[in-house]
Amino acid sequence: MSITPASVPVLPRGVRLHHDRVRDTWVLLAPERAIRLDPVGHAVLAEIDGTRSFATIVATLAGKYDAPPERIAEDSRGLLTGLLNRRMLELTE
Amino acid sequence: MTARPPLAMLAELTHRCPLSCPYCSNPLDLLRKEAELSTGDWADAFRQAADLGVLHVHLSGGEPASRRDLEELVVAARQAGLYTNLITSGIGLTERRLKALDEAGLDHVQLSLQGTDAAMADRIGGYRGGFERKMQVAEWIGATGFPLTLNAVVHRQNLHQLPEALDMAVRIGARRIEVAIVQFHGWAMRNRAALMPTRAQAEEAKRIVEEARKRLLGTLVIDFVPADYHEEYPKSCMGGWGSTGLNIAPDGTVLPCHAAQTIPHLSFDTVHDRPLREIWYDSAAFNAYRGDDWMPELCRTCDRKHIDHGGCRCQALALAGDAGATDPVCAKSPLHAGLRAKAEAFAAGPDDNLTYRTLPPA
Ligand code: SF4
Ligand code: SF4
Repeated sequence: MSITPASVPVLPRGVRLHHDRVRDTWVLLAPERAIRLDPVGHAVLAEIDGTRSFATIVATLAGKYDAPPERIAEDSRGLLTGLLNRRMLELTE
Repeated sequence: MTARPPLAMLAELTHRCPLSCPYCSNPLDLLRKEAELSTGDWADAFRQAADLGVLHVHLSGGEPASRRDLEELVVAARQAGLYTNLITSGIGLTERRLKALDEAGLDHVQLSLQGTDAAMADRIGGYRGGFERKMQVAEWIGATGFPLTLNAVVHRQNLHQLPEALDMAVRIGARRIEVAIVQFHGWAMRNRAALMPTRAQAEEAKRIVEEARKRLLGTLVIDFVPADYHEEYPKSCMGGWGSTGLNIAPDGTVLPCHAAQTIPHLSFDTVHDRPLREIWYDSAAFNAYRGDDWMPELCRTCDRKHIDHGGCRCQALALAGDAGATDPVCAKSPLHAGLRAKAEAFAAGPDDNLTYRTLPPA
């Protein structure tokens, strides 16, 4: 499965964002895994709500951070593909 | 040496279990129900663990479902802010209990697999009807919606079922499978001749896992623990002693790993003695094998010391008679050749003399 602009990413049950107050960082928690997120990673994952498409998410982030959409699309696609392969993300479309 | 905060905690809620697997990682001196921590003690330990930096708690045993307060314990762990994973054989779980665990906020279930058919699974688990029940529970887990990991413990007697275990994981909708070749601690030490895989099996398992990882990318995540008696380098046990995780035994003893109590010169605090934070950072036992000051010259000067930390301390004790020695699994250890010969001899042992785990006589 690969991510297209129309894909709607969703964090499946058992995978959730968590603020690690001891290390003062955001992490993505999944079975046996805790992935420390940098601010960019957190910004991307925080936009995922199971209803908005990848294209919408990229456009939103581009507006918010005043950055070129192509770069945001590339960065987020890399992150999300990695999560897909590890069963930490699903696509509903 | 300043330690970093721990990431994970294994909460061994009880040693009680309906099964009696001959490789159970519980100690030979199993604790009875009377010795177990109360619900409140566990809730307090979960809060302390979260304050210390723990993110994942693994609710384990024995069989955690043997605790009638399991649902309450899940609520307490979630309230503390922990990611909750239930490690179970499935026996003792009903549809109703799974619903209650769902409401309690349980994040994930890890179901153990003793074999892929009743003949194998029930013989290894020492519990007739266990396999059928487990398959029923797996269905309920799926229906409840829990994400599922299968935990296949494999050894000489069931390694031929590995391909079927992988298929089964996909079929029942597991997202992950842990394929763990039996590690020789606890009860497994008594069963080395019955369980030791042959070298050919150990190699074949690696090949099967590698092939399946490619074929099932994005469908099934496969974690693999190789047969370390047949390896060239030891495993990085617990990611390094006192570096990433801790265990709490049913009676509240806080341990760097589940076999740590086999090291006779160390003494371990319980949650009744001192705060968890103090035990983690300041206790002699947790500091005993941190960093590399304790290492023998062989490891201290080796470029792999940050990869495997000199291997497993409990295995060094069991095989070299010294918990501070290089793990004899390592090809650089003077004991390696002897261990290899032993592994071959065990692998040629008979299949039919399993020593099942049992409670010590009262
Ligand atoms: S290894 Fe077997 S006997 Fe030991 S706790 Fe797990 S299911 Fe029970
Ligand atoms: S010598 Fe020690 S550090 Fe080096 S590989 Fe062997 S066990 Fe690991």
